[in-house]
This record gives sequence, C-alpha cells and structure tokens, in this order.
Amino acid sequence: MPFSPPAVLSRRSLAALVVALAASAAAAADGPITLLNVSYDPTRELYREINDAFAKKYQAEHGRAVAIKQSHAASGSQARAVIDGLDADVVTLAVWPDVEAVAKSGLVRSDWQHRYDNQSVPYHSVVVFVVRKGNPKGIKDWADLVKGDVSIITPNPKTSGNGKYSFLAAWGSVLTNGGSEEDAQRFVTEIYKRTPVLDTGARAATATFSQKGLGDVHLTFESEAHLEVNEAGGDLEIVYPKKSIRVDPPVAVVDQNVDKKGTRHVAEAYLGFLYSPEGRAIIAKHHYRPWGDSPPTPTAGEAWPAIDTFTIDAVGGWPAATKKFFGEGGVFDAIYQPGGR
Amino acid sequence: MPHQTPAMIALADSSAFATGAARPAARITRRRHAAVLPGFGTSLAITSLVVLALIVFPLAVLVLRAASLGPAGFLAAAWTPRARAAYGVSLSASVIAAVASSLLGLLVAWVLARVSFPGRRILDALVDVPLALPTAVAGLVYSALYVKKGWLGQWLVPLGIQGAYSYLGIVLVLVFVSLPFAIRVVQPVIESLDRDTEEAARILGASRTQTFLRVVLPAILPAVVTGFALSLARALGEYGSVVFISGNMPFKTEIAPVLIVARLEEFAYAEATTVAVLLLAMSITLLVIVNTLQQRLARNAQ
Amino acid sequence: MPAKPTTTAASTPLAAVLVAGAVGVVGLLIVVPLASVFYEAFARGVGAWWSALADDPDTRHAIWLSLTVAPVAVAINTVFGVAAAWLVARFRFPGRSLLISLFDVPFSVSPVVAGLALVLIFGRQGLLGPTLAWLDWKVIFAWPGLVLATTFVTLPLVVRELIPVMEAIGPEEEMAAVSLGASGWQVFWRVTLPNIRWALLHGIVLANARAMGEFGAVYVVSGHIAGATDTMPLRVEKLFQEYRQPASMAVASVLAGLALVTLVAKFVIERRLEAESRELEATRTLGDDQHTRQLEGAAA
Repeated sequence: MPFSPPAVLSRRSLAALVVALAASAAAAADGPITLLNVSYDPTRELYREINDAFAKKYQAEHGRAVAIKQSHAASGSQARAVIDGLDADVVTLAVWPDVEAVAKSGLVRSDWQHRYDNQSVPYHSVVVFVVRKGNPKGIKDWADLVKGDVSIITPNPKTSGNGKYSFLAAWGSVLTNGGSEEDAQRFVTEIYKRTPVLDTGARAATATFSQKGLGDVHLTFESEAHLEVNEAGGDLEIVYPKKSIRVDPPVAVVDQNVDKKGTRHVAEAYLGFLYSPEGRAIIAKHHYRPWGDSPPTPTAGEAWPAIDTFTIDAVGGWPAATKKFFGEGGVFDAIYQPGGR
Repeated sequence: MPHQTPAMIALADSSAFATGAARPAARITRRRHAAVLPGFGTSLAITSLVVLALIVFPLAVLVLRAASLGPAGFLAAAWTPRARAAYGVSLSASVIAAVASSLLGLLVAWVLARVSFPGRRILDALVDVPLALPTAVAGLVYSALYVKKGWLGQWLVPLGIQGAYSYLGIVLVLVFVSLPFAIRVVQPVIESLDRDTEEAARILGASRTQTFLRVVLPAILPAVVTGFALSLARALGEYGSVVFISGNMPFKTEIAPVLIVARLEEFAYAEATTVAVLLLAMSITLLVIVNTLQQRLARNAQ
Repeated sequence: MPAKPTTTAASTPLAAVLVAGAVGVVGLLIVVPLASVFYEAFARGVGAWWSALADDPDTRHAIWLSLTVAPVAVAINTVFGVAAAWLVARFRFPGRSLLISLFDVPFSVSPVVAGLALVLIFGRQGLLGPTLAWLDWKVIFAWPGLVLATTFVTLPLVVRELIPVMEAIGPEEEMAAVSLGASGWQVFWRVTLPNIRWALLHGIVLANARAMGEFGAVYVVSGHIAGATDTMPLRVEKLFQEYRQPASMAVASVLAGLALVTLVAKFVIERRLEAESRELEATRTLGDDQHTRQLEGAAA
C-alpha cells in the first residue's frame, strides 16, 4: 500500500465527522424503516405517489412505518452511483444494461431478471412525439421528422436512457419497415443533424423543449410526454407514430444492501407492490403501461392508444446494441465525426 | 504596491504566479529570525495533513488509475477524435473567454480606477457577483435569457445571434465566471499608476493613443497577463454553468468534463480518468506557460 | 492613499463612452442575469416565494444541508488556512515553493475531476472502499463526502488571503512577543490574530460563498437523494427539471441573496483591510526611530 500514511490520516480525520453522524442516526433508531429507491430521471412523480401508497399499505399490514427516499438522475449515472456505494435498497432503472451492470458488480444476484414477473419489468412505455399546438409541421410518423426544416429535441444517448431509446426507436422504425442498415444510418444521421441541443438527461431535454421553446418535436417516453403536455397548459400535443420501440425499465432488489441493512422484507414487498392492483392503478395514472392482462388505463373506460411496438431485440438486443451504437467510435460517434457522414 | 487591499494581492498572487515576487526585506528578516518563532511543527503537521489527504492523495490516485491502462491504453482512451474535439472546445472557448474577460476587464477596471461618476461604488461592488453566485444558477439563467423566448434572446435571435446552446453560449458563461478575476487584478495597478508620467508624455506631444501604448500599457501588462491567466484557469475547470448552456453537441460544443461524465456512465472508469488526467495536465501546463510569461513581463517592466 | 479618480464622466466625451461601456458590460453580463433570478422568483408574489421555500420538506432539507456542510468545510479551511499561512509566511524550509503551488491546485482542477477522485478513493470499488465497508462508514453519497468535495474546491481561498497579509506585516511583533516570554498560543491569539482578523474574515466570507454554491464536485458525490443529500444548488437543478421553475428560482434567489449579502460583507471587510494597510504603510514610512520619537513626543 503505497498510500498508507495519508490513508490512515484521512480516515482518522473522518472519524470525528462520522461519529457525529452516527450519534444522530442512533437517536433516530426507533423511527420508520427507511428504504432508498434509486431510479432514473422521469419517474419522480410516479414514485412519489407509489411511495405514499405503499407506506400506508405496509403500515396497515405490518404495523411498521416506512419512509422511502428517492434518488433520480440519468439512469447510467445512477447505476454507477449504486456500484460505487450509494446505499440503494432497490434500483428501478431505465435500461437493462444498467441493472445488469449493478448485478455484475456483485450487489444484485445474477438471477434478478427471474425474481419478478415479465423479466422484472413491471411497466412499459413507448417512445412518442410531442409537438407544438396544432402540429404546425404536420408530424405524424417517423418519416415526417426529416422533412422540411423540422428541428428535433432528444437527449444525448450516451448519457441518457431516454436518449438511447429514442435513437433505437428511430433506427428500428427503419429496419422494421423493411429498410436496410444503411437506410437506418442515413435516417438517424439526418435526425441528429436536426437536433440543436443534446441535453445530458431526459428532464433537461423536456425543459429545453417546453420551457425554453426550442425545437418542433420532442422524442420522449409516453409517460413523460403526458406530463409535459399537462404542464404546458394547451401549448403542446402528443403524436403517436404508427410504430415505436417498447421501453422496458427493469427493477431489482439490491441484495447485498438489503441484507446488510435488514430491509429485504420491505424492499421485496415494495417491488411486489408495483405488480399489485393498487400499484398498477397508480402506474397507469402516470401514463406508464402496467404489465399484465387487462391493464388499467389513465382514465377509466378509455383504452391505451394503439401503437405497434418492437422491442430491443429488433435492433440486436442490449449488449450488442450498446456497443454498436453508443460505444466509443460507434454509430452515434460516426454521425458527428466531421466529414464522416 | 500601495493601497492594494490584501484581497487584491491575494488574487494577483493566486495560482503561484507571484510567489517569486515577494518582498525581499521581509524575507531577510524572516530568515534571520525564523528559528525564534514557535509553531513550525504544528503548522507543518496540519498543512501537510490537509495537503496530502485532500490534494496530493486524490490526484495521485487519479493519475495512477489512468496509468493502469498503460501508455497504449491511455492514448486509445484519451486521444479519440471525439475527445480531441472536446479538448479543443474546452481550450479554445477558455482562451477566447479569457481574452474577452481581459479586454472587458481592462475597460471596467480603467473606468472604476480613473473616472468618477454616480454609481461608481455600486458598479464596483457588482463586479464581485460572479464570485458569489453559484455557477449552476448562472448557467440556468443564462440559457433562459438567450433562447428565443428569453429577455435578451428575443432581440438577439432574430439577428442571428444564438447565445444559448452554442459555442457563443459557452464563451458567455465563461466570461461571466472569469470577469471578476480579470478586473480585480488590473484595477489596483491602474490606481497606483503615476499619473505625472502620463501627463509628461502628453506635454511632450504624445497623442492619447501613444501615451496609452507607450506609457500605460507596459506598466499594466503584467497585471493584465495575470488576470488573463487567472481567467483561463477558472474557465478551463468550469463545469456547472457550461453544461446548462452548451448544448453538448459532440465535436462542436461538447466540453471535456461532459465527456468524463459520459465515459463514467458507460462504467469506463479508467477511460474517464484518462480524460480527467489530460485535462489536468493541460491546465497545469498552460498555467506554467503563462506564469513564465508574466514573470518575464514583470522583469521587463521594472 | 488611493488616488481619487479625478476625471468625471462629464469631463470628456471619451470618459463618458468608457463609462457607458463599462456599465454596459457589467449590466449585460452580471446585472441582467441577477435581476432575472429575482424576477422569476418573485413573479408570483412574496407569498408564493415563501411557500416554495418553506412548504417543501425536500427544499427545507436542502437549505439545512447547505447550512451544515458549508460551515464545516469553511471551519476546516480556516484551521488549515491559518496553519498554512503561518508556515509559509514565517518559515523557510525545503519544498516551500512546491507547497505554495499545491495550495492553488484545487483552483485549476475541474470540480468534476475532484469529485471523480473522491469516488476513486471512497467508492465501494475504490482504494478505501473495502475498509470503509468493514467499518460501515459512509463517505461519498453522504454528508462526509459533501464536506470533502466542498472543502477541496474552497481550499485555496482562506490561505491565499492570509499569506500576503502576514508577509506584509512581517514577523517583528511576534518575535518581540516571543522574546518577552509569550508562548506560541499567546503569540497567535494576542499578536497574530488581531493583525490578520480582517483578512481571515474576508477569506471565510469568500470560502463560504463558494461552498454554498458549489455544484460540479458535489454533483458527482451527492447521490441525489431528495431530502438527504441534495444541497441547495442541486435542489435548484432538480426543481427546475420537475416543472417547478418558480420554486427552483426561489431557491436560486436565496443563493443569489446570499451572494449579495456576501458582497456587502466583503465590501465592509475590504474597507477595514484598506484602512489597516494604510495604517501599516504609514507606520512603515515613518521609520522606526522617527516613530518612536513621535510616540515619545505624544506621551510627553
């Protein structure tokens, strides 16, 4: 250990701080069980409501109060934070590779996909379009995105799960309509040529489109689109393309953390709640499509808008797609390479 | 340096520029009596503890982590076309911003030091706002001001001036964060200039421009260069404000720190670290260059 | 003596143009953004502003967190700053110049890089990760990590204020005190501290402002847990992205208000510093003998 002297010193200097913290933690030992849900960017509103409902239910059934803390940021950085020691009891991330990365670090058992129904994906979404009031550019389907002077808002696929899905949806829309890889590359290149801002996360992109008024169309999750349109008070509209990618955000209990903290029971019940009738109703209310038969809808009696979906497998599956499209020197980088188009 | 407040000396002294230019008299006294004063052991212990634990140790870990890739791996990770472009954006925007800050700072400093007008005190105080305003707030506010709907964007965007999500946006926020440094270093030097020399030059028939170029500029140039270097150092490391206004377009407006974050999110720690180490090396190299230049200028001015 | 500006704006057309230019620069780059923060924050009235701050438990926690992290970081900086300034301003030793250069490193290191370094050390997979896990100590994604990141970025501020002041004052008074038999602590409390108090306060005020507003480094090590590890600047970003722009700007306005308070404090302190350096200069120019004679004369 070449660093041992400073290491010892810095640890000792930290001791005082940590002791002070531990004292305040001990004082709160009789308080509620606390659970930390580390999630991706756009699920803040959803989990706020889920947390309240679950806490009530758990208190009623088990007589223990539960306080659930939320952490939200770009999915990839959240996974990294958990791997680096963010004390998550459960992770509810945007894309499969992010949960898998946490599992690979040893924090989550490798069979995580089989612990809950539907490969541990409790709800779906789709990538849709948000346009300005009255759809002045007449955007109805993917091909319309690259007509005229349409300008597009979507976050950076390198750093955002939302950005990755939008990219893959555009790519897949060409492939699943019989286009070739070259056609797909041309189409996606054209899309990013029309993207004036690449925000680092889904929420930043939403703010750019709705609050700062940039762009004609915003590619985003259906759930996020509804939230955005509701907040805009009539200035924005949703457009469903004929075909889009199915968004599958997986969930997992972080085994090592819950075993250390003794919160396994609550954590498992919490994720299970996402599959319960009450949980599904809340999920639907926030415009995420609950998994399973006869899913509840945001408004009773109104069906979910029909949309033809393809999955990640249509563009090669996650491990291959991540490397091919978003890896260093991959398809996305090639789009921006000067003279490389 | 008469009537220069210690704050200003501190600014001028920052980043090791002026460490060689201490007062010789004080030094000699100190050397003669150093052994008399107590507290060497205690202060050395506290200082080395903090410097080792908080500065040397973290940066050593950073460098070692990057070095673990080996020279070839290091280059492969840190010298990709996209990374090169990001260094280019970071460097060029910082240099442009530092030049702009130095010029605008010279103007403001000159006015504050030489011209009396109502509100001078207020203007003087406002100059320090960027030192105290969180940079993230600055980034959010700037991007909101310069988009088409914004207070300033509604006039500028129709003229084709895109102040948000553009290269210009990066330069704007970098000028904002670095302006106080450029002003505060130059201002006391202008205040201390001997005005008789200038008047003499004028009496001897020199034009206003000649007086400025021949008499004033050589005297204030070292300070201007110091201000430039401080602005540059501040701008190169800046992240919080830039990330909100740059638009993050690869090869165009993506700065190196954003690339670090992007690599981290691919769980590529060592690769992220290489970019960080290279960025670090660049800022330190630049500082050394400017430092040398500044010392030479100071010697020439004497 | 600071030369009072003799040119007035009205005296020459060039002066008027220059003043207009300077006011334009400061106005456009500094005043307009500052004004827009307050405008957005109070657009819906003081009541809405207050409830945005006081009624949201997560926002309340963020304010509280910033108010606990910043003072601890500033306290560490104060102890370090005084010790380091004493060391380099009063002693000559090998490696002194290198040490002084090291003080400035945090100034030129990107805060993101600083955060990354902390993750590499204290993260679960980091150098000290296993040790910390064994001790069950949380550093990053918790309060100590926020304090460390904040301390790092503010490290040069106090020491940089003190070194030039202590060098300008010189060690004579302290040595006189020692020769009269004062202990080290007595010298510090009775002689050094009174001499450097305004510079110290100035450094503390600057460090505190920077600590409150730090974003990049804290962003990397915070973990973004609402109501737990979000500081005020992080909360501003989060609220902005939750479609709560007025609330976001309300928190930003508190930070901006704090900035203005800092400026007032800085202004007051700088006047005291100026006054003191003038006194010091006066004493110096008089020369010791003359000074003594004068004092004797005054006593007689």
